[in-house]
Amino acid sequence: MKTDSNSKSNSCDTLFKVMKVIGNYKILLALSIILAGISVVLQLYVPILFGKAIDQIIAKGKVDFNAVSQYASQILVLILIASLATWFMNLINNRLTYRTVQDIRAKAIRQLQVLPLSYLDSHSNGDIVQRVIADVDQLSDGLLLGFTQLFSGIVTIAVTLIFMFSKNVLITAMIIVMTPLSFLVAKFIASRSFHMFKKQTETRGTQTALINELIGNEKIVKAFGYEKRASERFSTINEELRDYSQKAVFFSSLTNPSTRAVNNVIYALVALFGANRILSGALTVGDLTVLLSYANQYMKPFNDISSVITELQNALACAARVFELIEAEPQTPDAENALLPYRGLVDIENVDFSYVPEKPLIENFNFHAEPGMKIAIVGPTGCGKTTFINLLMRFYDVNRGSIKIDGQDINDVTRASLRQNFGMVLQETWLKNGTVRENIAFGKPDATDEEIIQAAKEAHSWEFIRRMPHKLDTVLTDDSLSQGQKQLLCITRVMLCDPSMLILDEATSSIDTRTEALIQKAFDKLMKGRTSFVVAHRLSTIRDADQILVMKDGHIIEQGDHDSLLQKNGFYAELYRSQFAPST
Amino acid sequence: MKTVLTFLRNYKKESILSPTFKLMESLMDLITPLVVAAIINKGIVNADFTYVIQCFFFLILLAALGLGFSFTAQWFAAKASVGVATELRQTLFDHIQSLSCSELDTLGTDTLITRMTSDVNQVQNGVNMTLRLLLRSPFIVFGAMIMAFTIDFRCALIFAVIIPILSVVVYGIMLMSIPLFSKVQSSLDALLGTTRENLTGVRVVRAFCKEKESIDEFDRQSEALTKMNEFVGRLSALMNPATYALINIATIFLIREGAIRVNIGGIAQGDLVALYNYMAQIIVELIKLASLIITINKALACAKRVENVLDVKPGMTYPDSILTESDSDIEVEFRNVSFSYAGSDEDAITDISFSVKKGQTVGIIGGTGSGKSTVVNLIPRFYDATSGQVLVNGQDVKTYTEGSLIKQVGVVPQKAVLFEGTIRDNMLWGNEDATDEDIWNALETAQGREVVEGKDNKLDERVSQGGRNFSGGQKQRLTIARALVRKPEILILDDSASALDFATDLKLRRAIAGLDGNMTVFIVSQRASSVRAADMILVLDDGKIAGHGTHDELLESCEVYQEIYYSQAPEERKNKTVNRKEALA
Repeated sequence: MKTDSNSKSNSCDTLFKVMKVIGNYKILLALSIILAGISVVLQLYVPILFGKAIDQIIAKGKVDFNAVSQYASQILVLILIASLATWFMNLINNRLTYRTVQDIRAKAIRQLQVLPLSYLDSHSNGDIVQRVIADVDQLSDGLLLGFTQLFSGIVTIAVTLIFMFSKNVLITAMIIVMTPLSFLVAKFIASRSFHMFKKQTETRGTQTALINELIGNEKIVKAFGYEKRASERFSTINEELRDYSQKAVFFSSLTNPSTRAVNNVIYALVALFGANRILSGALTVGDLTVLLSYANQYMKPFNDISSVITELQNALACAARVFELIEAEPQTPDAENALLPYRGLVDIENVDFSYVPEKPLIENFNFHAEPGMKIAIVGPTGCGKTTFINLLMRFYDVNRGSIKIDGQDINDVTRASLRQNFGMVLQETWLKNGTVRENIAFGKPDATDEEIIQAAKEAHSWEFIRRMPHKLDTVLTDDSLSQGQKQLLCITRVMLCDPSMLILDEATSSIDTRTEALIQKAFDKLMKGRTSFVVAHRLSTIRDADQILVMKDGHIIEQGDHDSLLQKNGFYAELYRSQFAPST
Repeated sequence: MKTVLTFLRNYKKESILSPTFKLMESLMDLITPLVVAAIINKGIVNADFTYVIQCFFFLILLAALGLGFSFTAQWFAAKASVGVATELRQTLFDHIQSLSCSELDTLGTDTLITRMTSDVNQVQNGVNMTLRLLLRSPFIVFGAMIMAFTIDFRCALIFAVIIPILSVVVYGIMLMSIPLFSKVQSSLDALLGTTRENLTGVRVVRAFCKEKESIDEFDRQSEALTKMNEFVGRLSALMNPATYALINIATIFLIREGAIRVNIGGIAQGDLVALYNYMAQIIVELIKLASLIITINKALACAKRVENVLDVKPGMTYPDSILTESDSDIEVEFRNVSFSYAGSDEDAITDISFSVKKGQTVGIIGGTGSGKSTVVNLIPRFYDATSGQVLVNGQDVKTYTEGSLIKQVGVVPQKAVLFEGTIRDNMLWGNEDATDEDIWNALETAQGREVVEGKDNKLDERVSQGGRNFSGGQKQRLTIARALVRKPEILILDDSASALDFATDLKLRRAIAGLDGNMTVFIVSQRASSVRAADMILVLDDGKIAGHGTHDELLESCEVYQEIYYSQAPEERKNKTVNRKEALA
């Protein structure tokens, strides 16, 4: 009970927020509701006029043409007004939904730029994309349209009832009594088919997983001659799915005919009682026509409302997810000062850091780098190497202690000014959809072609760019480049920016050894006189580092240059030797 | 549609019965207004309430019959549509199993998965809807018109005029919106792509301080999407009001014409009520039909895509019987082999020739894209050489019957993938009949014993999908064990120790070298240390053999090898220079 009221107040909360978002469009929303009301009332009144007209057409020689014409012109005016009202309402609804969607999305994308990485890292990309795209759509469709639909549904029912009562109380009462029957039938079928649907969904899920697994790794299936066994496994689940699907499809398709049957029974009853009333003079044929056409339409708004309510609930859930994103706490606000011109002196003092409070990762980390030093970070996976980069770039903030560049705490300067001073190449290459030029000039959009080509030559990416069909104007698609080429482009991107400090995260791990050697030369040139941090797996690439930090479990366990570390004969020496031991 | 129709052929009975019963149900709907007309014309005019009660029970009977017919129709439709989908899915799955790697590369995994899942589901939906509804709506529309003609010719002419007009309006609006909808979809996809890109690249975007630009790009696309949506919306906003106005204007004409007909005694008042009711039925059905056509169109497009996959012929053929049981002491031989991947103009490997004796260990080294994996992929005939010949055990790989060659080869692919099930299930991929002892032995060699022993349920430990509950290094060891379980004559390790630390990698190579029997081993690697001890090392450079021989030979003669080796172990170069100097001195 308590959770119930809680969720209710949450829903109200969300609804309130939605109302705030549509702020500018409140007038449109009001107009939409008014127009919906007009169109519903008119559309319901038209059958009454038709009924009255029919009452003027009684039998041979008993037709009042004047009255019929009069009703006809009244009807014409009403349907024109109703049509126009519906049309305007549709146009307004369009504007209302699409503009609100755009507004909410604009908020969301701005929010994405200021969310802390801890939020983005702990939510899957798919989840966030779904919130920005699908959930926002659902929100506008479900909430705004749902709202007008709900409104016109209620108006329809109310007005229909009033009109029907005005025609005949008894018949109307009978229709109202019969109404729940239709719901009961629908509900009975729904509960029966729900079970089958659940089974169907489960089985389909298992089947999809199997498809993903086997077709997704078809080459392994081939390598082990597993095709027959795969086919048998698939067949078992496929037949199971057939069974459930058949029943689910069948049961769910019963709802419409069943409610239609109930409707037909109501229709027959109206005809029966109507005829009885006409015989006793309490009703006209035209009235019966009206009642019959109402009886036919009467159920529709009920069905609509029940589906609208489901949709509204759904939309509220989506809205809650959207607002959860939009209202998530942004990163700590930027300090006002920019990082002053600096020499590249980096001090890390007593730093503690962890992604989750229960699992301390980096503890009491201290380090000092002189300007122009090349610092290498090595260690087994999960030892905190990449965390180091997260902290230096302020993707994450330290829990305790401080990182200082030329004596300025990086928390006291703007993130932009800090990051502009770093050139970063990550292990996971990321290129945007666009041309080669756009990608290389990512950090320096006003670069000339000469500068771009120069950088590409230095990073040895020019060799393959040169061979591409449109050179710098080639549009990159997902698989137009090999992993190595992608990394070369990422390196070129940094090369062009000519940053003051470098962060290289295993940047050369999937470039073949020969190219790597060339890149290494280019990097050496770039690193000259600049403080650089290199995270590497292959010890060969960092042998000439001024300082090697050997990390394990968040601590620096050894520190020194290559030769001194080898002499020390510790963890580093062990790592190093195992790389070059022969197998026999 | 030909292929999907073939599947419907297995459900002939259902495909005929379902629409037939549906039509019978609609017939009940069409009779209803006539009964109401009879109530008015006879029952009311003659004040005959018994007749009215008879009519009432007739209406109830119609409703009951309609319900029965409709249930029957739905049952047959469900049976046929689900049946077609089930068989289509199985055929598609089996077809994919029969394709060779080149076709799989060309089609792409994602495509295949979509075809198997959502496309087949759409086909099922389409078949179901078609069977149930495609005939019903036109039947009611034309049925209503025909019924109108049986009542009164002049009034029915109004039906004959309004039906085409309404059709033109409904289908006109629909046909104009369909292409626009796909434009909306692609705008939406673009926006989705930008959002995703922004998220995957968040570190780079922030590192380069490009937040503002990201927002601008998003806003631009968002605005374009809204414009497109509003444009389509304006068009579809017309549908409801236009059809509503038209059908009611037609009804006005009907009433006026009806008034004249009743006045001269051509028809009775009840007939006019019946005509009025038929008019109301038309519009509902026309709109239903319009949305049905959209569904069917979608299903047809999906069916087409499924058929395109079914139309791809397996690119490899196998002989029915093995030629001769030859026995050669050469295990693998390449004779002037060149190969290019489907859709690529350039050779992945060019003119490769080498031969390997039984029991030898061969290292293959070279940069990315140098063709290392391609060479080993030709041994178990994942691909056929574009030119030249690949021989295993002295016999051209093309002369092996289906499945007989693959039995002799254990492949450990670059990407370590495990499948959902237990560890044992995964190991049995290698050999269905392997005993637990076989499995433990293989694990021992692959340095995977400790991995399995560390699990609570040992061999019965669950492996979740894709092996997510195992680390990269653990997965690699298990996939190596999986290949060893089949006790292959040829073992191919395609850069499959990359996630192992150097010490484990070393132990692994030693264990494999120490195995009994006469297994030929291919080790593909970027690490010189991994191939250093091989009996023969093939050095590949840009798809060609840049050198082959032992480590020492290559170090003397092969420039590419020297470059690779010394870049990974520079002090060796120092030592060597020192040695040379000493020798010179």
